[in-house]
Amino acid sequence: MSAALLRFANPLALLSGMIFGLGLLVSGMNNPAKVRAFLDIFGDWGPELIAVMGSAVTIFGVVFWLSKRRVKPVCAAEFHQPTLKTIDARLLTGAAMFGIGWGLVGLCPGPALVNILSLDPDVLLFIAALLMGNRLAHYLVGPAK
Amino acid sequence: MTYELIGGSLIGAAAALLWLGIGRISGMTGVVSSLFQWRDKSRHWAFWFLAGLVLALPVFRISGGELTIDMTSNQLLLVLAGLLVGFGTYIGNGCTSGHGVCGMGRLSLRSMVATITFMASGIATVALMNLAGGAQ
Repeated sequence: MSAALLRFANPLALLSGMIFGLGLLVSGMNNPAKVRAFLDIFGDWGPELIAVMGSAVTIFGVVFWLSKRRVKPVCAAEFHQPTLKTIDARLLTGAAMFGIGWGLVGLCPGPALVNILSLDPDVLLFIAALLMGNRLAHYLVGPAK
Repeated sequence: MTYELIGGSLIGAAAALLWLGIGRISGMTGVVSSLFQWRDKSRHWAFWFLAGLVLALPVFRISGGELTIDMTSNQLLLVLAGLLVGFGTYIGNGCTSGHGVCGMGRLSLRSMVATITFMASGIATVALMNLAGGAQ
């Protein structure tokens, strides 16, 4: 790989983050009320967010499987594919806890972060607690593998 | 449904760009954890990604987008939810982006189990709150 392409790695990450954020905003995924309506399948269900998940998974999935023909990414030395395969109590407990917090307020990490420049004090409070939860888990349960 | 499809496609395209470009999974949990591992150069891409993510809001607004954040203002609930989300995503190694979008796209069984689990507990939480009559 030419060294020239490596220079584009960080700008590319910036661009990807921005497109990701715009996707969250355009789809309305950043709005907690809409997310909670999506989770409210036994009540006043708002199924629209299925389309967000469906299109995002499909597009990423197709590109991911096509990328298997490549030895390495365009602007980096290697693909960093997640290696963990185990389905254990740690995974299930973590996912279950996350789901409870997600249902309580309607925010998950991406939408919370994309809303940060609204400077809404409630959003900032949620993010402060999220960061604290991340560190509590790190120190109490141990580093992620 | 149009905005949802456009938004979801942008999310998928962003994740595809990050994977093809630098070989990284766009998982927000990992990005958040990277904030505390700033000495690790291999995680510096996450700071760039986060900068782009945060700057999406002003770009969206300048382009005429309307921001709606309709959310509880119960501070106890916000703190409890934030702690659960931060703690849970850390020990579960991912959230809606890493497990939900990328893991499902990779057809990872681990991520599918995680996604079904947090969807189920999210659905149960909303249903129980509605039953208790104190949704907000």
